[in-house]
Amino acid sequence: MGVGAYVAVSAALFGIGLVAIVARRNVLYVLMGIEMILNAANINFVAFARHAGNRLDGQMFAIFVIILAAAEAAVALAIVLNVFHLFHSVKPEGVDRLRE
Amino acid sequence: MERSSKVFYGLLTVLVLAGLAAGSVAAGWEGLAFGGFSALTVGGGLICIWERSVVRSAFALLATFSGTAGLFLLLGADFLAMAQVLIYVGGILALILFGVMLTPPDLSERKIPRLMSALALIGAGVLWVGFRIATSATWATAAELPPVASNAREIGVGFLAADQYVVAFELAAVVLTVALVAAVYVARRRKADLEPPDVARAGEGRS
Repeated sequence: MGVGAYVAVSAALFGIGLVAIVARRNVLYVLMGIEMILNAANINFVAFARHAGNRLDGQMFAIFVIILAAAEAAVALAIVLNVFHLFHSVKPEGVDRLRE
Repeated sequence: MERSSKVFYGLLTVLVLAGLAAGSVAAGWEGLAFGGFSALTVGGGLICIWERSVVRSAFALLATFSGTAGLFLLLGADFLAMAQVLIYVGGILALILFGVMLTPPDLSERKIPRLMSALALIGAGVLWVGFRIATSATWATAAELPPVASNAREIGVGFLAADQYVVAFELAAVVLTVALVAAVYVARRRKADLEPPDVARAGEGRS
C-alpha cells in the first residue's frame, strides 16, 4: 500500500475526531475526539517514516505522542470529575468559572 | 433498535465490505489486511460519534485503537503496535470508562441534525484539503520499500543513546510523573466534601 492510503485513513479519523468534539455535547466525547485526533497523527508519523526509507524518527515521535496522550488523559479525567462535582453537569458550554 | 440506527449500521456494513473488496483487488492479501484494519479504525470512530450511550461509544473506541495498532503492524512498527495496545486499550480506554461511570448518562444530547451538519461541514473541509494536497504534493517516498522487520532493539538503543533521544526520554518520564501527581491532586476529595453538610457550614461560619 502506498503512503496515500494511510494518509487518507488518517484524515478520515481526524475528521471523525473533530466531529466528536464539535457535535456531541459531553466532555467525555471531547476526550474521545482528542484521542482519535492523536491516533490520526500517529498513523501519519509512522506511515511517512516507513515510506521515507524505514526511518526511526517517526516511530519515536509516535511513542512520545502516546506518552503525552496518557498524561493528558489522566489530567483530563481529574478535571472532568472536578467539573462534574462543581457544576453537576458534563456539558462543556456550562463550564464558565474556574473557582467555586 | 431504532430505524435510523438500522440505516446507519447498514450503510456502515456496505462501507466496510466495499473497503475490504477494494483493498484486496488493489493489493492482494496486504490490501485485504489494510482494508480490514482501516475499516476497524474508521468504523469504530463512526460508531463512537453515532451511538447514543457513552458506554457504547467508549467501547467503539476499542475498535479504533485496535485498528490503529493493526495499521502500525502493517507498517512494520511492531513495538509501537504493542505500546498502542497496552497504553491506549489498557490504560486510556480504562480511564475514559472510569469517567463514564463517575458521571451521569445523558441520552438526550445526541441530535441527528447537529451530527449530520457537523459531519458534512468537517467532511467537506477535510475532503477539500485532501484534494488540494493530493493534486499539488509529490511525496519523496522510497521507490522500493525494505522488507518489514522488527525494530524494537533500535528503538531501545535510540531511547538511551546519548546522541539520540535520551533527553526527550527523561523529559517524558518527568512529564508523566508530574502529570500523574497533578491528576491525583486535582481529583482528590477536599476535607469539606467528606464532612456532613451542617458541620461544613458551621466550619465556614467559624472561619
